[in-house]
Parts: sequence; structure tokens; C-alpha cells
Amino acid sequence: MSQITKLSGLIILTMLLFAACGGSGEKNESEASAEKEEQKLTDFEMEHGIGPVDEEIEIGEIDPELAKEGMRVFDMKCGACHKLDSRYVGPPLGGIMNVRSPAYVMNLILNTDEMRAKHPVAKSVTTEYPTRMTNQQLTREKARAVVEYLAQESQ
Amino acid sequence: MNKLLKKSLLWSLAAITAMGFISMGCSSNGEFGSSSDAAQKVYVAPGEHDEFYGFFSGGYNGQMGVYGLPSGRHIFTIPVFSQAPVNGYGFSEETKAMLQTTDGFIPWGDAHHPELSQTDGETDGRWVFMNENNTPRVARIGLDEFKTQEIIEIPNSAGNHASSFVTPNTEYVSAATRFSIPMKEGSLENMDVSIDSYKENFKGTISFIKVSDEGHMSIDFQIMMPGFNYDLSHAGKGPSDGWSFFTSYNSEEANTLLEINASKNDKDYIAAINWKKAAEYAKQGKGEMIPGKHYRNYIDHEEGGIAKSEVIEEVRVLDPRKLEGIVYFLPTPKSPHGVDVDPTGQYIAAGGKLSTVIPVHSFAKMQDAIENEDFAGEEQGIPVLKYDSILHGEVENPGLGPLHTEFDGKGNAYTTAFISSEIVKWNIEKTEVVDRIDVYYSPGHLMIPGGDSENPDGKYLVSLNKITKDRYLPTGPELFHSAQLIDISGEKMELLLDFPTEGEPHYAQGIAAEKVKKNQKRFYEIDDNNHPHATKSEKETKVVRDGNEVHVYMTTIRSHFTPDNIEGIKVGDEVYFHVTNLEQDWDVPHGFAMKGANTSEILVMPGETLTLKWQPKKVGVFPFYCTDFCSALHQEMQGYVRVSPENSDTPISYSTGQ
Repeated sequence: MSQITKLSGLIILTMLLFAACGGSGEKNESEASAEKEEQKLTDFEMEHGIGPVDEEIEIGEIDPELAKEGMRVFDMKCGACHKLDSRYVGPPLGGIMNVRSPAYVMNLILNTDEMRAKHPVAKSVTTEYPTRMTNQQLTREKARAVVEYLAQESQ
Repeated sequence: MNKLLKKSLLWSLAAITAMGFISMGCSSNGEFGSSSDAAQKVYVAPGEHDEFYGFFSGGYNGQMGVYGLPSGRHIFTIPVFSQAPVNGYGFSEETKAMLQTTDGFIPWGDAHHPELSQTDGETDGRWVFMNENNTPRVARIGLDEFKTQEIIEIPNSAGNHASSFVTPNTEYVSAATRFSIPMKEGSLENMDVSIDSYKENFKGTISFIKVSDEGHMSIDFQIMMPGFNYDLSHAGKGPSDGWSFFTSYNSEEANTLLEINASKNDKDYIAAINWKKAAEYAKQGKGEMIPGKHYRNYIDHEEGGIAKSEVIEEVRVLDPRKLEGIVYFLPTPKSPHGVDVDPTGQYIAAGGKLSTVIPVHSFAKMQDAIENEDFAGEEQGIPVLKYDSILHGEVENPGLGPLHTEFDGKGNAYTTAFISSEIVKWNIEKTEVVDRIDVYYSPGHLMIPGGDSENPDGKYLVSLNKITKDRYLPTGPELFHSAQLIDISGEKMELLLDFPTEGEPHYAQGIAAEKVKKNQKRFYEIDDNNHPHATKSEKETKVVRDGNEVHVYMTTIRSHFTPDNIEGIKVGDEVYFHVTNLEQDWDVPHGFAMKGANTSEILVMPGETLTLKWQPKKVGVFPFYCTDFCSALHQEMQGYVRVSPENSDTPISYSTGQ
């Protein structure tokens, strides 16, 4: 009898020691919350993307100076993966402004990781290309210029 | 019943004791430290950062190890004086010039004493300097990018050991020769004379390197010194600001079997140098400009990131026998090694390797003695003060072989005792030992973050041990040097952690991580890349032949090279791959390795351009590839170069994705 008492004492001690550890199941929670967030995308976000650009960007008549700067930045920071007329590492962008809003493209450039993780359109494009789009650290002004250039090329 | 109660009481007592032992743990060497407590103190949870950066010299590996404290995690190695295949430092065309000296290209160095830049006597996180002993040099490492940005050679020096210690506002970095050599009177030229003419011909020099606001180093002046061995140094601070102190040994001026012949004198000297006065003399044009050819190599990313070498032909030399008031000798027992100035700047402690006490000199008494010309005599024209007139006190029973001292800013000093393998804590005012702790084994330097500045962070101490023996799993005859972290926040020192270090750390410096973290560069803006061979877009990539020189202007991005098919290269060509990494994301370097290249790979940081030179010797098609696992398709990141015979007429052509 007393042997059992002794043993159970030890077992309880051991269990107490192990009980101190925990923390599994966190991943499931974060996955679930990511799904929730996706469901929570606003109509604006669905059309214009998630990120620092939280208002519609209107592109009127092309500003040739801005488009020229946009081409320079595009060649330097985007052109290693995107061509205008053909699929390369990433999708061709010659007509992109006919199918995506300027704010969407800017948010994808400026907030690449979150867009790729949460936006259903960005997510589905990502699955078509083996190489993931990278953040090339453009400023908002530079991203705006790129969009002007792409709009010019989409005409 | 009673019996049962007694039994279970006994049992729980035993269980508690057992629990106690489990939580305390037992380290080797019978150290029953309170290990769970210690573990908590050094535990840095996954994803968390350490509180301090530690910069440890790599000794004979020539580099600088960066460790996080209190965890002891080795977080980086900065290539400084030795070629480093890990990123191509000293191999790439851009960095080769960093290792240029008046003896030609030297691929290795012996790094000893890192020293952080200071402002108002406090570490400021701009740069860390480090000396090289074998080919006398001092390096400056920028803590914005953790890269060696400048290396200056020290002329008229035969071993730069007492270096690279800074003055309180980084006005100067000092450098003193460990080995004296024969020097011609006047020109300081090395001489072809018999070694046993030591006493007659051998001399030493102490150099002061001016540091500009941008960090550029230039030798402002050198002071001619008697032919002793100059060992270590520290600058004064507070009341002693304007002075620097250098230990010397071998005042016997022996040239053989120094362990016996240089251990005869009861006292050697600390040289007290009034650098402010010397700087004034230099400014007034005093002393002599003499030939003193030396290299200054520097690399500035903003200027294109290609190391440049500047050869300086002359150096100003001051003779303390002619220019009064710049050097005094403080007699100090038995071959002193370390010399350390306390945070208040009032006291100068020396570690006499063979001394039974730690002598502590008083700066105020030293000044009085100088003013009253209270001299014991002269040594080769330099006034020698009287030991008893300048002594603040002697620390009795400091352990055997006291070497180096650091301070906690709370009135205590900590000295390593090499022979008795311990650290001794003593009260500076009372010069009394208050605590001691064993370390494993044979400590050289020790480091408290800011411990040689006016404002130490007196929380942790690192003992840099010379002997490792049984502290880790054995690794054959050679072992990494052991460092030990000691908690000095309480009255009693407490051993917290062992951690292995690379090479042989001599000195180390520590700094609050906050001072360094905020300035970190994460990538180089590609738009600001000023490298003359930069390729800023795939559209600009090209291959250009110029005689037998071929320049490949190549770009990288996850996960391809452009161009990745190159033809028209011939045996005997010199091919320069100028690789620009178009990435703009933190921690996405691309590597570049070429089969058969007689050099290392290069590791190109985001937005940077580096060049690998390749001289193909065989005909065929040879692959190149990215060495740094950059993406899921890293294994696909490769290319080919076709090499044709020397007399062939294969035209240059190049492409990607066709």
C-alpha cells in the first residue's frame, strides 16, 4: 500500500513537471484567423488590394515624364521577372492595367507578402508561378510611377 | 499511523531534495551552481534578441566574432584581416585591395584588441576598431553594415600589439610596437646589424592615428621610444583625459630567451603619454617628417564599393628627448601586461604577469610628481617617476598571474589571474579583494560591456579563457577557446554560462544592442549603386570582349542569372563576372561560383555588385551556380559558359530564357 502511495507521489510530481510545457495548437489558431481575415476583406480591398494605398488611384491622361520614370524603375526593380508581352518568371504585364486597378497593383508592389498571403486574386496568381514575388522596396511614389508606365503600355 | 506519517514525511523530504538537485543541475568540475537560475538568466527565447552585442577578436583567424550576450550565441563573423571564402572578402576584385600592404598582398592577420568608438567617454555604436599584430595594421569596422571599411598600416612598427585603444571622443586610436627593431637614428629605417647589438640599436615607436568625423584614419604622429616591448594600453578619461598609458616589458632589452632574460628587473614601466601635448607639438610642425611608407585601404559603398589603396610616404616623428613633457615612465612591478584606467579616470591599474600584487597608480599623484619634478631618474632620456610617490595602493593576494582589469562603474574592478584561473573582484578605493571566482581555465582578457569606458554596464562579465581542455565535447587535439559569462550584478559573482569562441579571442568589447540595432542597413538601394560595373536591370546585361579580357555584366534575382548562357569565351581569357544582385529584400544575398575559378565564391548582398575573376584553362562547357540557398528554386539558379580553344572564332553571345 505504502509503495503505491510513494509511486503515485512520484507520478504526480512528474506530471506536474510536464504540465508546465504547452503551446501546441497555436498554428491552427493562426491559420484559422488568416482565413477569417480573408473573409473579412472589404469590397475596396477585393478590388484595390490590401496595403498602404487605401484610396482609389485615378489615372487620367498619361503623364509622359512620370511614365518614363516608371519605366526606369520597372526595368530596375521588376524587369528581371516581368516582361510586357510574354510570360517570364512572373506574368506578362503589358495589359495589366486593363484587368487590375492601379491601387491593386501598387498594393501588390508595396505590400507583397500580405497580398500574396491574403488576397484571393494574388493568391491564385501565385499558385500559377513557381517563383514567389519579392518585395523590391519601392517607395509609394516609385510604385505610382510604375503604374503610370504600365497604364501607358496597357493602352 | 505515527510510523506511516514519519515515513511519508521522510519520503517527501527526499523528493524535495531530489527536485532541488534536478533544478540546480550539476555542471562539470563539481560546480554546484544554481543552474536553473543561471539558465533563466542566459535564456533568450526563440525570436527574442540578446541585450548586448559582444565583439570578440579572432586572434590568429584574423577576423572578428560577434556574439549575443547573455546567450553566448555566435551570431556573425566579420572578415577583417584574413581572406574569407564565406563571402569572398579578400578574394573578390572589390575587396582584394583591403589586404594590400608595403609587403604586398597579405591574406592573413593576427587580430587582438577590438575597441568600440566612443563619444564623451561612452561607447557610441558607430565603429569598432581592431589591431593586427603581425603586419602592423589597424582596421575600422562600420557597425551600420558589419563590414571592414578601412585598414591602415603602421610604419616603423614591428608588431602592433598595444592597439587599438581609443581616446574618449575617438580623437585618436593608438598603436605601439610589441617588438623593437634596429632603427637608424633620424630616419627610423630598419638596419642590417647584429641582433646582439640590441641595446645599442633597437627602438620602438608609439603611433597616434587620427580619426576624422567620417572615420577616416591617418597617422598624426609617432613617438620614438626606448627599445622595450610595448604590450597594452588604455587612454585616460575624465581628469586623465589627454593621456594614454602603455605597458612595457623587457626593460632589460634582452634579445634572446626573453622568458628568463626579460624577467630580471623588479620593475618595468608604464609609459604615460600626454597625447594632447604631443598633438599640439605635431600641429605646430614640431618633430621630423621622415620616410614611413604605409598603405591606407578603404571601401565605401556609396563611392562604388571598390576598395581603394592610398600609399602615404611620410610620417611625423616626435622625439621625447627633445620635446619635453610628452612621455614619463611609471615604474610598475614585474613585466606588466594589461593597463586599465577606472571609469572615473583617477586610477591606473596594471597587471604584472609575475607580480604578487596589483599596483594601482593615482593619476593625481602622478601629476603632482611631474609638477614637482619628483623623479627617480631617467631612462634613455625619459623621466622616471618614483613608484611610492605615485602609488594609490597595492591589491594584496590578487591571484597568480594578474593580467587584465575591467570595471563595473560601481567602484569595483575585476582582474583576471591567468595562473590561478580565477577572476578577482576588488574595491578600487580600498584596493582590497572583495570576491573571487574560479574560471575554466587560464583567463587572458575579460570584458564587461563598456567596462573600459566612463560608463560601464556592470551586469555581465565575460572571461576569455586561453585553455579549454574538458569544457566541451573533445574535438581532437585542437579546441575552440572557451568563454564564460559571469553575473556581476550582485555582491557575489555567479558563473552563468560556458560558450565556445572562434580562433583565439584576446580582448572583446560589449555594447547595449539598442545602440547598434537602430543603424542597421538591410539592403543597398539598387538605384544608388555607384559601382562602375553595376548592371541595374536585365536590359543592361551584356558580355563585352576587350582583347583577352571579357567583362560579363550579370544580374541575379530569385531564381535566375542573366545572362545564364554565355558563349565565345576562350582558353587564356581573363573573365570578370560583375554580378549585381537586383534583390531589394533583407537577407536575400545570391552567391556566385564558377567551376575552376582559382578564387572563392562571392556572396552578393541585395543591391550590391561584386566581381569574380576567372581564367578558363580547359575547353568545354562549364557551369556556374548560386551558392546561397535563396529560394525554393535555388537549385535551378545556374548557368553555363562555353569555353572554346584559344585560336577559335566562336563569337561572343549571351542570353537567358531563350
